[in-house]
Amino acid sequence: MEADWILGLIGGVLIGLAGSVYLLLNGRVMGASGILGGLIDGRAQGTRGEKLAFLAGLILVPTLISLTPISSNTHVSTSAFVLIPAGLFVGIGTRLANGCTSGHGVCGISRFSLRGIVATVFYILSGGLTVVIARHLIGAI
Amino acid sequence: MYRMISSLFAGSVFGLGLMLSGMTDTTKVQGWLDVFGNWDPTLAFVMAGAIVPMMMAWRLTEHRTPVLGGSFPNPANPELGRNLVIGSVLFGMGWGLSGLCPGPAMATLGYGGWPHLLFFAAMVAGMRVAPRFRERLDMIGAKG
Repeated sequence: MEADWILGLIGGVLIGLAGSVYLLLNGRVMGASGILGGLIDGRAQGTRGEKLAFLAGLILVPTLISLTPISSNTHVSTSAFVLIPAGLFVGIGTRLANGCTSGHGVCGISRFSLRGIVATVFYILSGGLTVVIARHLIGAI
Repeated sequence: MYRMISSLFAGSVFGLGLMLSGMTDTTKVQGWLDVFGNWDPTLAFVMAGAIVPMMMAWRLTEHRTPVLGGSFPNPANPELGRNLVIGSVLFGMGWGLSGLCPGPAMATLGYGGWPHLLFFAAMVAGMRVAPRFRERLDMIGAKG
């Protein structure tokens, strides 16, 4: 268990360093939903190339790691009745709120953004309530 | 060109960090959200680890411009608004159900198999309808 926390801390620092590089070099907030969403709704214009390059790294590196003996089991649900609504909620919600765990959570809280803090409080409360209801009351996940 | 290389690098380190920290494992994320189950504190360590270097990075933006040109993001918007709350609640529901948020959803695309592809497709569909959803919400707001 302690090993998980240490890996969590190291991985977290790497996430923070990635956000720092994206901010200090490119001058942009590293938000996963914003980068993907900007490409989808076509508002990316001049930043299309750098957004695509970011996603290429984000997808390729974990895929390469999954080829090594390091555990890459995601334990994800295999029920379409869970995956489809979950994906829709995440997609609509993050665009409506203009950010997700990386944009509001990591990048927002670290600059003491009130929006980032409020968003994080609400998605954690909502996520916690959803897991408790879906797992312990309904037994769906 | 340099902007693309630094983006590729940032995305790669982000992916490495997500995987190393265990955030691509949905049981760890749901385990953190599940306060009535076998609570897993890992996510708090990940957030703390990520926020500290980011705080220093925001400090470094003061009175400077980005290394590769352009300008830094505007100061944080102080306005909250209804969409921020409704959106975050919806996002939290999907996050809790699946254990996936947008970063890990993309980090797992290449190796996670069909459930990850299906989740991603649904997430993209959600992002596509989000502007119309927002218009509807604004209309309800204007009436009430």
